[in-house]
Amino acid sequence: MVATANDRAPGPAGSGLNDDIGEDKRLALYRSQVRLRDSEQRAFDLFLQNLVKGTSHLSLGQEAIAAGFAEAMVKGDLSFCTYRGHAHTLARGVPVEKVLGELMQKDNGLMRGKGGSMHLTSEEHGVMGSYAIIGAHLPIACGAAWRAQYRGDKDVSVCFFGDGTTNIGAFHEALNFAAVWKLPVVFVCENNLYMEYTPIKDVIPIPQPAADRASAYGLERILIDGNDADIVYRTAQKAFARARAGEGPSLIECLTYRHSGHSRADPAKYRPEGELEEWKKHDPVKLYRERLKQFGVKEDVIAEIDASVRKEVDDATEACKAAPSPPLDIITTDVYADGGWAWRN
Amino acid sequence: MAEISYRDAVTRGIAQEMTRDPDVVFLGEDVAKPGGCFKATVGLYEQFGGVRVRDTPISEQAILGAAMGAAMTGLKPIAEIMFSDFIAVCFDYIANEFPKARYMSNGQTKCPLVVRTANGAGSRFGAQHSQSVENWCMMIPGLKVVAPSSPIDVIGLMAAAVRDPDPVIFFEHKSLYNSKGDVPDGEILDTLGTAKILRAGKDCTIVALALMVPRALEAAERLRIDHGIDCEVIDVRSLVPLDTKTILASVAKTHRLFTVEENPRLCGWGAEIVSIVADEAFYDLDGPPVRITTPHIPLPAADIMEDVVLPTPQRIMETIKRSLGA
Ligand SMILES: Cc1ncc(C[n+]2csc(CCOP(=O)(O)OP(=O)(O)O)c2C)c(N)n1
Ligand SMILES: [Mg+2]
Repeated sequence: MVATANDRAPGPAGSGLNDDIGEDKRLALYRSQVRLRDSEQRAFDLFLQNLVKGTSHLSLGQEAIAAGFAEAMVKGDLSFCTYRGHAHTLARGVPVEKVLGELMQKDNGLMRGKGGSMHLTSEEHGVMGSYAIIGAHLPIACGAAWRAQYRGDKDVSVCFFGDGTTNIGAFHEALNFAAVWKLPVVFVCENNLYMEYTPIKDVIPIPQPAADRASAYGLERILIDGNDADIVYRTAQKAFARARAGEGPSLIECLTYRHSGHSRADPAKYRPEGELEEWKKHDPVKLYRERLKQFGVKEDVIAEIDASVRKEVDDATEACKAAPSPPLDIITTDVYADGGWAWRN
Repeated sequence: MAEISYRDAVTRGIAQEMTRDPDVVFLGEDVAKPGGCFKATVGLYEQFGGVRVRDTPISEQAILGAAMGAAMTGLKPIAEIMFSDFIAVCFDYIANEFPKARYMSNGQTKCPLVVRTANGAGSRFGAQHSQSVENWCMMIPGLKVVAPSSPIDVIGLMAAAVRDPDPVIFFEHKSLYNSKGDVPDGEILDTLGTAKILRAGKDCTIVALALMVPRALEAAERLRIDHGIDCEVIDVRSLVPLDTKTILASVAKTHRLFTVEENPRLCGWGAEIVSIVADEAFYDLDGPPVRITTPHIPLPAADIMEDVVLPTPQRIMETIKRSLGA
């Protein structure tokens, strides 16, 4: 259904498939997507039970983008995420317990409850923060890429954001800045067709919010099927190679759809009837399970992956339920680099 | 020892730190080849090259965001925002990003950067290029805020700001760029969070910042000569951290407090100092603390109007004289 993809698999005779990706990587892409799916579904269930507090923004339906990019990254590459950042954080290898713990505002959470679901950060995994002010992290990713350029480091900064984010000033400042300075940064627009509750098509004068703006920054127009992890993975690899070679930034628009509402328990009544059902036919996890079978991966291998992911999510859930709340004495820590909060003598 | 201008002190402070540490980089609009809108960074591009001293597009969010990303990953950037009024177009970084990153990440994320910016009135530029906006930054937990009043402090506090592991907003005063002062040779390093007693006195304490410091000193001199009033003048220098010890000790000695603030009346830094003194030194006071500020209006452009709204030595002197019943 989402046909526009300028980076389809080349495909040997007749099959429409090729194995440039290799079985190990394909299994990793599958495992990652299932892990994101199960974790997000669990987060939603826990939200309904009032065990996930505050807010949460799920990536159900958008897993192929997080998995595809993360699997193409190597250690040292940096992820800059939004409030819809659980999936990107998990995809870099952060344990499910750490993420669910933060969502449940427990002491075992990634930031011990001091950040919350919108600010997941795990620098040891290259997750350089999740940003909840629309567009703020695009310039920040430029800065990390500038450091790499300045020092001759080979890492790439990868910045994820939504379709709605292409309408804020920081998007345009960052794209121009990155292009002029030729920075090793990759901008990934997850076009899930909605900015909160408003269809993106109602608030842009062009069909594609990111791809149709690429030319304004001298960049290639890249529009891909964001529900096909293979396509995402290949596109990521190309963009990363370009960045590492000093050829500058890329802007990649990935077409996708969120199966859940915008946040919390949003029932997403603003969607036309049947739209979700259509997109569910193009569910990235289902699609990829079929892909594995086409490549001859045995059912029991797939079932084993499903079961081990389920176990990680179940164990994490139990650990989080049992975990204590954070101690109140950390309220005033880490305001300043000396570890405290003193603003006077 | 040499006499140099406040403007040249900015260049010297940055150069000192760039020479010392290859991680220090500098970016902003027109700062490199043109040497800055106020010519406060002339020669840095020639000395350190275009890789470390970089001109940017007119993109204040990109400038501060890039500084933050670089700081988070190991550099020590100095970013220029040409006029402090322009902080309003990139306030997200100042209010939401720099100061929250460490806290929200439970200590994982660092943000050692300096934003330097030309603050204050006196140039007849009108309401959008003349403001004193240090209170915009002072109110945000997680930031440090300094505003030097002399060339030696510019160098020493710049060095302290660059070496500080937290985000520091460094306010230079436009009307002080031409002022001069003696500066010793060699490295200069000062300490954030320290006020300076510039003139000792026993009758009252005047606390001032940036351009208001020389005006407070002038008023103090005239109060001594004309009225025999002996004022202690404190240059706050650093709003965060705030050296309350020096201020409280002075009030304990003089028993009267005056603040001289260039900012419009509401929520100026002086209000915080008055509140601290009222809380902690109320019984040291022999009379009400008095704030001398610009009235709560946008700044007019015309010279005769701008001149009457900012606190002048005359107004400072008269206010103190009246309050002390002299
Ligand atoms: C500066 C700013 N404006 C508005 C918001 C409120 N807001 C949060 S998410 C969102 C929609 C963003 O849409 P998009 O970029 O498409 O991302 P998606 O949520 O679809 O992943 C809005 C308007 C915000 N967080 N920051
Ligand atoms: Mg969207």
